[in-house]
Amino acid sequence: MSDTHRRLTGLVRQRLFWPVLILVVLLVSNLFFTPSFFSITVRDGHLYGSLIDILRASTPLVLVAVGMTVVIATGGIDLSVGSVMAISGALACLHISGLADQNSVGGVLFAVALALGLSVLLGLWNGTLVAAIGIQPIIATLILMVAGRGLAQLITDGQIINVNSAPYKVIGAGYALTLPVSVLIVVAVVAAAALLIRRSALGMLVESVGGNPTASRLAGIRARQLVILAYVFAGLCAGIAGLIFSSNVSSADGNNAGNLIELDAILAVVIGGTALTGGRFSLAGSVIGAVIIKALDITIYTIGIPSQANLLFKAVVVIVLCLAQSSAFRARLAGITRRGGPARPPGSPPGSPPGKRPDGAGGGLPQQAGPTVSAEAEVRA
Amino acid sequence: MIDVSDPRQATATAPTPTARPRRYLPQQRHLPVLATLTLLATMYGLGALNYTGFAQPQILLNVFVDNAFLLVVAVGMTFVILTGGIDLSVGAVVALTTVCAAVLLREGWPAGVVLPLVLLIGTTIGLLMGLIIHFFDIQPFIVTLAGMFFARGLCHLITSDSIPITDAFWTAAAQHRIRFGDGYFISISVVIALVVVLIAAFVLAYTPFGRNVYAIGGNPQSALLMGLPAGRTRIAVYTISGFCAALGGVLLSFYMLSGYSLHAQGMELDAIAAVVIGGTLLTGGSGYLLGTVLGVGVLGLIQTIIAFQADLSSWWTKIVIGVLLFAFIILQRLVTRRRG
Repeated sequence: MSDTHRRLTGLVRQRLFWPVLILVVLLVSNLFFTPSFFSITVRDGHLYGSLIDILRASTPLVLVAVGMTVVIATGGIDLSVGSVMAISGALACLHISGLADQNSVGGVLFAVALALGLSVLLGLWNGTLVAAIGIQPIIATLILMVAGRGLAQLITDGQIINVNSAPYKVIGAGYALTLPVSVLIVVAVVAAAALLIRRSALGMLVESVGGNPTASRLAGIRARQLVILAYVFAGLCAGIAGLIFSSNVSSADGNNAGNLIELDAILAVVIGGTALTGGRFSLAGSVIGAVIIKALDITIYTIGIPSQANLLFKAVVVIVLCLAQSSAFRARLAGITRRGGPARPPGSPPGSPPGKRPDGAGGGLPQQAGPTVSAEAEVRA
Repeated sequence: MIDVSDPRQATATAPTPTARPRRYLPQQRHLPVLATLTLLATMYGLGALNYTGFAQPQILLNVFVDNAFLLVVAVGMTFVILTGGIDLSVGAVVALTTVCAAVLLREGWPAGVVLPLVLLIGTTIGLLMGLIIHFFDIQPFIVTLAGMFFARGLCHLITSDSIPITDAFWTAAAQHRIRFGDGYFISISVVIALVVVLIAAFVLAYTPFGRNVYAIGGNPQSALLMGLPAGRTRIAVYTISGFCAALGGVLLSFYMLSGYSLHAQGMELDAIAAVVIGGTLLTGGSGYLLGTVLGVGVLGLIQTIIAFQADLSSWWTKIVIGVLLFAFIILQRLVTRRRG
């Protein structure tokens, strides 16, 4: 156990160093504005403090980001998660609002099961479009992203459905073992996913499918089921996130629930060090990435900058991270005049680990191929 | 409209020597555009049959009056998607343009200065994104996502309020109607949008730059090996898209007569949907500007039909667009599969 532990910490130190550093810097910088930022007190039998607030606020995003990580690892992307969140919350609230007794635990459980079942179906739909019909992931999930918003509004009939159900409220706003229930749910889901993915061959298979679909097919891996499973998992995560979100405010808003969360989730995945081109991925990195984003939101709010302006900070973070991951940028930094040594094949996707050699068949988007070469060609011309 | 359809005849390649020319059958590359045209005609026909007053030509003209800004944005998006890229920033750039224009006009700047300036801002954002995509080899998706955050954040930083525009030039441009025939009219925005469409169609069909766009989208590596200026072209399409988004923003500010950081929420999706429904392959290399015009027409007609059908709510627009996206993507898939 100590051996694996040491290996684990070694791994974390390598891949998660920067995300963790950003998070720490962000949290410490809060001390200047709110000296009591790190204090956690026990009140009414549960923990209370800014750190807990950040954790609680980031639960939906963490879930969505974890689902997104697995999808991105297969070389895909899921834009529909925000819509799935809205649908899941809308369906659960619709069912609960129709109950004779909104406080009946059985009815709430059935509503939750209904919402999660639909989320799984929607994930299955995405996965089928991508894996069985072979549509580009961005486009396949774009369909549900657009239509799903409409579906959510159809379910809520364009209104905001308010529910008054104590058992339902527990999911997003309740406390157990002094911790918010939503945080416990997220910990359970992430732990289960991590166990399943890292303790079985599943993670390796997903990475191989995302890293090089052709090679993994030749190696006898059935990519189709794996990819469908990834989208189903993303759908399920988004569904749970939708429940937490709507339970927290005891209402369902088909129009605004989960709005733009897909972009935040992608951002979280990128911050966590997973390359958008697929292949190697880091669940822990995405979790930290999601917490960073929410911490950033809250920090900006406490500083007193208009909260919408945090988009500007996000833009800066995305660009800086992508530049840091970009091999072309690093090569340019190293030496503009002559690039020494064949350290990396031309056209290598940004942030890909050095061991991975994407070739023409190596998946990824077509526009990826060869911009670095073209840069040189134009310089010579 | 006739001029717009010219390019697709012009770019239709001659049949290969081995294959006999098939008569009475449309070329496969034209299938998606023809499907869009059929869809548009069917929708118009159904609308005309079911609703009184729908068949009036003014209804069709209104589709363009109400969607001129979307048409301009979709033209820029067509360039980007033809190279196999994507531009998520357009909606935010549109909003930024309206906000900048409104704020500067409120400060008393003359319209003659504001107009070029806001166009320059959008174009610069597009250029910067193109440069980053090309020189640092980062996916267009993530770079334009950052561009979207940047432009939207800038909007909110400038102001989060909706600012009315009272400038004389702006209101004149907004209210002027070009009348013809029996009381039919279009707005200046429609004329601007059509001019943009014509120029863009000409560029795509008849200039070396247009051929480069198609070549890079079709096969980037081949294009590179042929010695085509892949980098310059890729930077140029994002610059064009930025310019079109800014121009679309100007048209939207004509339409709304206000600048607001929440304008054009999700317009990038509408633009992408219009391009896809217009039959342009999302993998790049195949598609026509005429298709994009028809795609915008389809989106506009859906809204019109839903406005006519009183018992349908606005969210049906999204569901119908989703269904159409699905249908056209499946169609594209079938066409490309048969060709491959």
